[in-house]
Amino acid sequence: MLKIENLHATVAGKPIIDGLDLVVPTGEVHAIMGPNGAGKSTLAYVLGGRPGYEVTGGSVSFGGQDLLELEPHERAASGLFLGFQYPVEIPGVSYLQFLRESLNAQRRARGEEDLSGAAFIKLAREKAALLGMDAEMLKRPVNVGFSGGEKKRAEMVQLGIMDPKLAILDETDSGLDIDALRAVGHGINAIMREPGKSVLLITHYQRLLDYVKPDKVHVLSRGKIVRSGGPELAQELEREGYAEVAA
Amino acid sequence: MTALPTRKLEAYRYADTEALAEVWTSLAPPHQVGIAAQQKVQQIWLPTGDEIDIRRVEMTVGAGASAQIFALNNAARYGRIELDVTLHDGADFSFDAAMIGGGQSTLEIVTTVRHSEPNATSRQTVRSVLGGKAMGSYLGKVAVARDTQQTDSEQSVKAMLLNRGATANAKPELEIYADDVKCAHGATVGELDTNQLFYAAARGLPPAAAKALLLEGFVGGLWDALGEDSEIAVRARAALREVTR
Repeated sequence: MLKIENLHATVAGKPIIDGLDLVVPTGEVHAIMGPNGAGKSTLAYVLGGRPGYEVTGGSVSFGGQDLLELEPHERAASGLFLGFQYPVEIPGVSYLQFLRESLNAQRRARGEEDLSGAAFIKLAREKAALLGMDAEMLKRPVNVGFSGGEKKRAEMVQLGIMDPKLAILDETDSGLDIDALRAVGHGINAIMREPGKSVLLITHYQRLLDYVKPDKVHVLSRGKIVRSGGPELAQELEREGYAEVAA
Repeated sequence: MTALPTRKLEAYRYADTEALAEVWTSLAPPHQVGIAAQQKVQQIWLPTGDEIDIRRVEMTVGAGASAQIFALNNAARYGRIELDVTLHDGADFSFDAAMIGGGQSTLEIVTTVRHSEPNATSRQTVRSVLGGKAMGSYLGKVAVARDTQQTDSEQSVKAMLLNRGATANAKPELEIYADDVKCAHGATVGELDTNQLFYAAARGLPPAAAKALLLEGFVGGLWDALGEDSEIAVRARAALREVTR
């Protein structure tokens, strides 16, 4: 699904990703953990194609395609979903309009027909219900006035609507209380735990991994993967801290 | 017919005087609108579609009356809306306008709001989206006469520039001769937010569609009272698609 080889990337001229290798096979959930400043969010943004995050070396292939050749919207249309650590507010644009136009743009790029208004509303209601979110909230402007937890739930509603092949979720668990964490974890499983789909969970803490069981855990430190292991690695990190494990 | 104004006059400082000269002799005098006491009037000013589109209105809003004006200014070459409104005791006046232009167009909104008696409220909201080498200007004077206490006036002017070559001017002006009044004004000129653009791209919107959607959000609030299917909202959306193409 995703194959990253010897990736190097800079932000504002400063090297952040420094020789990163990672393979996420189809059907697997991988977690990337690491201390602040390790490059976790930078990796997510580089994979999403954010302007200002410059790849200076290496390669990324996504479903056999050269991911780095694609514009951000083309990455989305080819099945990559980036869940934001800080979802962005868009005043004046309702969530329903934003998601319907986005989804239809993706569909057109794939040569599919637009989803009708009625079909879209049905889909949005279904995915909101799955995440325990009041569908009425989708009539409001994108993320405006949403609490931190509501924003993260809304990200997962978007995940459900876009139904991607690969979800890269950047600190989706930050700012969530226990109930929201459970709902979000359940949502990720329901949407992404299917054959043909993969997840890259980027997180600080082990707690989301109690709900979304990873097949593999990687430790990111100073821009590269320094250790990889099974789910037990997350527990070891939680117990002993990054300094010990990443040393 | 009076002489052709020059840019030395404050109200014509940013005018396209060449375009103005072409239509000056055939220009109708300002349209007179009188709103009787306690009446409620709503008007929607759509562009005529002419390349040079000038609308001049002199309005009186009677005691306790209300006037709600919505306007779209997007002439291809020169669009000017000139409004002089006098408010009587307790009158309520609102003006929601968009200027949307690209290419070489010059767009202007020039307003004078006269609070001639106490207790009147006025609210002006202007949103401009300018691409190409377009220029959009708002000159808005609020004149609060002597002893017109409890005046409440607000001017909110925001412009979004899509290109380096586009220009926005905003000049709210207050002339206040009473002491118990509230007169707020704010003006900003900005560009589209890169975080919002990337968020929209990450959800699959190509750049032009993302820009158009964000700008719709920027302008769309003006038409909340009319609904997104109203003709002015539809025409504003079409104009935005045009300037972001």
